[in-house]
Amino acid sequence: MSHSVCVISSRAPYCGQVAREALDTALVSASYDIETSLLLIGDGVYQLLKGQDAGQIPRKSLLAMLQVLPLYGIETIHVDQVSLDERGINSEALQEGVTVLAEGELPQFIQQHSRVFNF
Amino acid sequence: MKFALAVYGAPANSQAPQSALHFARALVAQGHEIVRLFFYQDGVNTATAIAWPPQDESNLSEQWQQFVQAHNLDAVVCIAAALRRGVVDQTEAERYQLPAHNLRKGYELSGLGQLLDGALMADRLITFGA
Repeated sequence: MSHSVCVISSRAPYCGQVAREALDTALVSASYDIETSLLLIGDGVYQLLKGQDAGQIPRKSLLAMLQVLPLYGIETIHVDQVSLDERGINSEALQEGVTVLAEGELPQFIQQHSRVFNF
Repeated sequence: MKFALAVYGAPANSQAPQSALHFARALVAQGHEIVRLFFYQDGVNTATAIAWPPQDESNLSEQWQQFVQAHNLDAVVCIAAALRRGVVDQTEAERYQLPAHNLRKGYELSGLGQLLDGALMADRLITFGA
């Protein structure tokens, strides 16, 4: 049986290591040739904001790491529209190559995957 | 049924390892199989041998180790997450010339692939501390 993995990431990019370690899980999954989706919800949507300057804190830019996802076969990052609305974020403020999921699309999207990792 | 358990919280700042231990005991009691135990994120602290909570409190790390050894579980600690948080075995301590090592016996440091592998092997992946 062929599997597909959904990694759900719901923390802000520099809140500890959670977002980084969620991304690592998606990268490892994709590098095993498993069909993999990354879904950002809640404060996780902040990970996609353009113009991050993580060097000031100093950390490595999570956005730069998200940008390598296509090299691993993850062509698009899925983002929850409601989470963006709740935070007053316009999708133009986000990195390109993002697919926004409208309210009500989330359950079906998650259900398409055989394994779900929640971070 | 086959279960894989993932623990993301540390004993000192999360209920996750305690809840996971209760759940794991219940699984074994009901005849289920635990195909993998994976400690990730702050959960790696569960595997340290040198945490010493006050004597009138439960020593969760010790209880987890006893459970792992009693049931001969495949208990994996994410190596990258563990190195970042100061949980290392003798091999890693020597590799990075660290002054000590503290991984409890019965656990293995390995890569994140073991979490994926466990999730794919199991009928259910249950996460604690997300």
